Amino acid sequence: MSDALSPFLEATIRTATPLALAALGESIVERAGLINIGLEGAIISGAFGAFVGAQVAGGAGVGMLAGALAGALTSAIFAVFAVGLRADQIITGTAITLLALGLTGTLYRLMSGTATTVSAIPMLSPVVLPGLSSIPLIGRALFAQPVITYLLYLAVPAAWWWSTRTHAGLALRAVGERPEAAAAAGIPTRRVHWAALLVGGMLGGLGGATLVLAQAGTFVEGMSAGRGFIAIAIVALGRWHPVGVALAAVLFGAASALQYLFQSMGWTLPYQLFLAFPYVLTLLALAGAAGRAVPPAALGRAAPAGS
Amino acid sequence: MSRYPLAIALLVMAVLLALLFASITLAGHDAARALRALLSGSVGSWYAFTSVTLVRTVPLILGGLAVAVAFRAGVWNIGVEGQILAGAAACTAIGMSVAGWPAGVALVVLLLGGAAAGAAWAGIAAVLRHRFGVLEVISTIMLNFVALYGVGYLVRGPLQEPLGIYPQSPELAAALWLPRLVPGTRLHWGLVVAVVAALGLWWFLSRTASGFRIRAAGASPSAARSAGEIDVARTAGTAFLISGALAGLAGAIEVTGVTFALYETISPGYGYTAIAVALLARLDPLLILFSGLLFGALEAGAGAMQRDAGVPSVMVSVITATIILAVLAARTRRGVPA
Repeated sequence: MSDALSPFLEATIRTATPLALAALGESIVERAGLINIGLEGAIISGAFGAFVGAQVAGGAGVGMLAGALAGALTSAIFAVFAVGLRADQIITGTAITLLALGLTGTLYRLMSGTATTVSAIPMLSPVVLPGLSSIPLIGRALFAQPVITYLLYLAVPAAWWWSTRTHAGLALRAVGERPEAAAAAGIPTRRVHWAALLVGGMLGGLGGATLVLAQAGTFVEGMSAGRGFIAIAIVALGRWHPVGVALAAVLFGAASALQYLFQSMGWTLPYQLFLAFPYVLTLLALAGAAGRAVPPAALGRAAPAGS
Repeated sequence: MSRYPLAIALLVMAVLLALLFASITLAGHDAARALRALLSGSVGSWYAFTSVTLVRTVPLILGGLAVAVAFRAGVWNIGVEGQILAGAAACTAIGMSVAGWPAGVALVVLLLGGAAAGAAWAGIAAVLRHRFGVLEVISTIMLNFVALYGVGYLVRGPLQEPLGIYPQSPELAAALWLPRLVPGTRLHWGLVVAVVAALGLWWFLSRTASGFRIRAAGASPSAARSAGEIDVARTAGTAFLISGALAGLAGAIEVTGVTFALYETISPGYGYTAIAVALLARLDPLLILFSGLLFGALEAGAGAMQRDAGVPSVMVSVITATIILAVLAARTRRGVPA
């Protein structure tokens, strides 16, 4: 049994990492009262940025930075419209996602159009933590992962501490709950929105970079494959709490990794059912979480004018 | 106040388009030739206009109407893509089992079956919204993926062609094909259905009590509830189902009028382009006829651009997105919160 479980658990954490990064970022954005459907766009931009960055600089570290930057840039476009012009967030986000999918697809095809072979890019190799990784069953799953996963382990408690124990974190939540009151209390709501979006975009971009540099080893058109939308669902499922969000991401990682478990157990099911499963689970989980999760009061509403 | 961000927004869009054309040129393509292909492939000949542009316009008009009726009611149905697929799949399944029926009756049943399946697919999201409070933005996008993989399963499983080689359904009997509207072209009667649907939706929204309730519920749910005594949840649900039915009808028309079989790739993102179609037309059913035609031409031209000039057709999404953002920028400038 553990022969089948170990690869399943490893795959779970591997698939959960980019989802958790993106969802953690989106939870900050939503805590500030914004909903950024353009997260999907930030992820695909991050993936493309990481691919180009790693190829040009010849290093996975530069690739990660380029991915984070590309994600932040994508969110900045969202911010110009949704915060600057106070345009509808759902429509803006949909447009940003379309834009990023189209732009990365076009640029990638133009780049690879002349080349006949796919050039290899440097990847983030797993770092095996001595001792911890020999814990039975979960050791390798948790502690033989690329460095970005360990950064995530640190980021989750840090985000919790920041949002509940610091002045800036509380200001962010005030803007998401009562923007008018926050503005009256002297909190620069627009600047808070911008900062939240840039951080959210950066984390989404890192999620996309992880897909390229720690998993696929190349860029594929549309490789974000709806992870941005799943991440938004994960935020609701994790009740806007960093730890809840991380656990929800692991649940979805497990749903996506289920095919490995089935394969090793020798069970067969049509491949498409595995592909569809995480999306079905998202729907069921959201329906199940109904009523218990309370979103930030001002979520999705345009910020007050003149703040 | 809003002049400054508007300037930035316009700048962002100009930079994006410049970046796009610069990269086309840098990648060794002839931008002028690409532009010529864009025009000749869409409106350059009678054949291109009828068989490519107008054929692509049909699902974009129906999809645009589907988006418009939902958005008017304040329902963020991003799931038109999945509802198109549901309609196409149901239409194909019914088409496999109506052998021997009178052709006209069977065709109507196929189209209505597609519409019903689209409405049912949207209905899942409607129920999730009203019973469980799940944001329809999320649920409809999830359902798009489920529909895509569901069709992928169907064309390799229960609905696969008898040889079991290709991922597609068997071809529909010729009696079940939508008749050609213009002989010698690929243009089918679906265009008439789309135009009638646009006129019908315009009449429904502007001249009937239900249509008024939909507009009121979308404009201000609280005012509609208190002053108009409108059951907002019920009204939104109705709009959601109408939206899904229009999208499902689009899917059924694609099967009976264009592909004659079910494929995974039956919709190249019509449901997403439809959002731009509806927004550009300011959610007005009559204007959607024109914005649908514009995007139909754009997609037809992009196909030609890829064939003749080697420029990837995915760049159409960039143009689509830029148009949506331009509409948002223009609307907010007039002080209307878009």
